[in-house]
Amino acid sequence: MRFRFTQSAIDTERARRELLDLGAGGYVSFEGWVRDHNEGHEVTRLEYEAFEELAMKEGERILAEASKRFPIKHALCIHRVGDLALADMAVWVGVSSAHRAEAFDACRFIIDEVKHRVPIWKKEHYRNGDSGWVNCERCAAAPLHAHEHEDAVAHEHAVSPLPD
Amino acid sequence: MTAPAKTAPVWGLILAGGSSSRMKRDKAALQYRGRTQLDRAFELAGRHVSRVFVSVRASQADDPSRANRPLIIDSVTGEGPIVGIRSALAAHPQVAWLVLACDLPFLSDAALAHLLAERDASAFATAYRSAHDGLPEPLCAVWEPKAAVALAEYQAAGGHCPRKFLMRHAARILEPLDTQALDNVNTPEEYAKALGLLDSRSQASAVQLKIQYYALMREQAGRSEEVIETSAPTPADLYSELKARYGFTLSRDQLKVAVNSEFSPWSRKLSAGDAVVFIPPVAGG
Repeated sequence: MRFRFTQSAIDTERARRELLDLGAGGYVSFEGWVRDHNEGHEVTRLEYEAFEELAMKEGERILAEASKRFPIKHALCIHRVGDLALADMAVWVGVSSAHRAEAFDACRFIIDEVKHRVPIWKKEHYRNGDSGWVNCERCAAAPLHAHEHEDAVAHEHAVSPLPD
Repeated sequence: MTAPAKTAPVWGLILAGGSSSRMKRDKAALQYRGRTQLDRAFELAGRHVSRVFVSVRASQADDPSRANRPLIIDSVTGEGPIVGIRSALAAHPQVAWLVLACDLPFLSDAALAHLLAERDASAFATAYRSAHDGLPEPLCAVWEPKAAVALAEYQAAGGHCPRKFLMRHAARILEPLDTQALDNVNTPEEYAKALGLLDSRSQASAVQLKIQYYALMREQAGRSEEVIETSAPTPADLYSELKARYGFTLSRDQLKVAVNSEFSPWSRKLSAGDAVVFIPPVAGG
């Protein structure tokens, strides 16, 4: 499968080799990394979860669309699921093509479509003990947790009343 | 406009204190598909509200078919179901009650979900209109805390019929989704007929579906999958039913739905054995 999931670190060297082609003059890849902040929150780790059966179908459709829209040789996307630490690679996209322009374009197209269409969910865990499913419940968990004083003040979207 | 008062939580009250005089045997103990009416009503309510009680007369409190449930024993005098409703309102004055007669074999999850979703906490009660006589049905209704005083006054003035009470007081009356959902069973003949209808219906409309939950939906449902029996005809109806059961915070327009591992329209007709997944907003990458 050209779109797939992995529970462990993405092997980019091996993935890149799958794109090799004597007719390819170039290769573009994108790596998505876990960063330490999002929308004003200090992020400490992430969990990814996927509805894999449908996600693989939708991912394959995106790669097929990319091959149709852009004259590329090969395209591959690997998404990590499970618990990820800061700086871990969450997703990898690679495209090879005869000329560089279409490899850049197709790589951009694939990652954008994957983010919007594939049933994958990301739970962020924050420094202040909160957590939340991205795009589903920003700060919905806030009232459930006892806040350290300084964390509560720093928490921009606090739902519970702030201490004086 | 001032902020509305906090809406009272809803608990369930199964009325099982009747004398069953026309049936000539205890109605609560009548069985459908191997389970008593009381058990069925109790479990049905329990899928929609956090606590459920059985309303009984003091003389029934030790009855083995009732004693293993949380009970509310009649604490006011008088006759009929109004006594049970008033006793529950008195026992927990901050709670609204989903009051269900135990003899409604056709009552569905969809009907309860709709009743609770359409509940008007500013009225005395929210009830369905009977498909037979057009009058409000008080024994499949949500009774609000504020009804306690008005019911006491009504009873003190000689009233005893909760249906008439609803006709004279501000109540939200809903049109039934299913004209048969509130049919009750009072006589041995009606019981025999209900048994036959339920059998043919279970073959006709109730189907088993596999539901899988992911991410936020999994956390809110408290499970990653289940098999349920439902008469929800489409994923849209199914989501309403499950949203009422689990208190999902996402509205349907925030979701997509998949049936048998493929995206599906919300209006698709569901069939036995379908696997359904509700898809909250995605966040890959």
